[in-house]
Amino acid sequence: MSVAILREGDYLIAAILSDLTDKEVLELRGELTELVGRYRSRGLVIDVSALDVIDSFVARALRAIVLTVRLRGAQTVIVGIQPDVAIALVQFRLNLGPLRVALDLDAARTLLDQLTEGEAEDGR
Amino acid sequence: MDREPDAPDPDEEPEQQTEEHPAQESHDADPLLQELVAHLRENRTELREEWARRISEADLLGVMSDEEIFSEATEVFDNYVDALETGSIENLQTYARELSERIIPRGVETHEVLGIVLLLRDILARELFAKYQRDSEHLNRILDAYEPAANRIAVTVGVSFVEERERVINEQQEAIRDLSTPVLQIRERLLILPIIGVLDSQRARQLTQQLLAAIRDNRAAVVVIDITGVATIDRTVANHLVQAVEASRLMGASTILTGLSPEVTQALVDLDVDLSMMQTVGDLQGGLEEAERLAGYRGAGATDATRRAET
Repeated sequence: MSVAILREGDYLIAAILSDLTDKEVLELRGELTELVGRYRSRGLVIDVSALDVIDSFVARALRAIVLTVRLRGAQTVIVGIQPDVAIALVQFRLNLGPLRVALDLDAARTLLDQLTEGEAEDGR
Repeated sequence: MDREPDAPDPDEEPEQQTEEHPAQESHDADPLLQELVAHLRENRTELREEWARRISEADLLGVMSDEEIFSEATEVFDNYVDALETGSIENLQTYARELSERIIPRGVETHEVLGIVLLLRDILARELFAKYQRDSEHLNRILDAYEPAANRIAVTVGVSFVEERERVINEQQEAIRDLSTPVLQIRERLLILPIIGVLDSQRARQLTQQLLAAIRDNRAAVVVIDITGVATIDRTVANHLVQAVEASRLMGASTILTGLSPEVTQALVDLDVDLSMMQTVGDLQGGLEEAERLAGYRGAGATDATRRAET
């Protein structure tokens, strides 16, 4: 498996360690959806810093994960998009609208804290 | 002036003429060229002085003093005559390039260089007229030999000058390109990127790359892009800016655009560029204040504050 999924408190961290095949991308999507429900996670961090390429398939899958996981009650933050990847994504005009991004895990945590704080207050 | 090292030249004149004949059989023109080269060498001093005088008269090379003009004229003259003699323009090419290297920084223009070379060509032609006017047959043959060679020399000098100029311009462009996009960190996790001058596609691409690398290296949360120094903006450039902002966002940094001049703002609106992603603030000062607020708010500061308030 080329994705390490760690649980940390209310958050789930999925670190993609190497390039994924399309099949693995779909598996990851299913697994994350499943785990978010099982652990009742409120936040998901996907670390893509090992990816040198994010093609349209992966981009769409990321977007799908964000949307699915949100329906299961968790906010998603993507971290570690490499400069070249960022340029490519922008130039190919991939629709990354709903993606929240952060530079690294620290920033992702801070962002998730902000995102889920309001939610927790509203919900409970 | 007559203490020239070339002074013995006139003595060589007859020898040269006779000696060159057997070796140059394949070219009819060459003995004539030799004859004319010898003649030009003989009258070197007067021709040179005449030339330098005409240069001053024509107000060419205004940035150089008379002495400089005279010494350069001497060298050009010698190289010119050498090139006439050997038919090889390589030495002249090298010399012309060196000369250009020296005079370009002083602001000598293309028309001046071409002007002086053509002036020399005409002076020498006149000299030939004066010498051979009684024998028009001979004059014609001399001119037949002289004109193509002289024209080739003029072209060589002109081209060398222009090439040298282009080389200098290219070098400078590269230097400007490298210098022109500094990404500066002014606070922890806060970068500014002042853009000055003209943004073309290549520069915009390079700028985006530098910006993204700096965001990663400095773990920047906020970037202020200041375009006070950008006079005009077109669709391509605007799109490049939008892309840079988008890519920065994907890296996890917010971007604030500042210093949009009235012209630029109007152009952006007229071009109908989608700027919804862009956060803009009037001037750099306002941009920095906003950036500090953002960085503080998003960083440890705000959450610490709320935590402290809770406890």
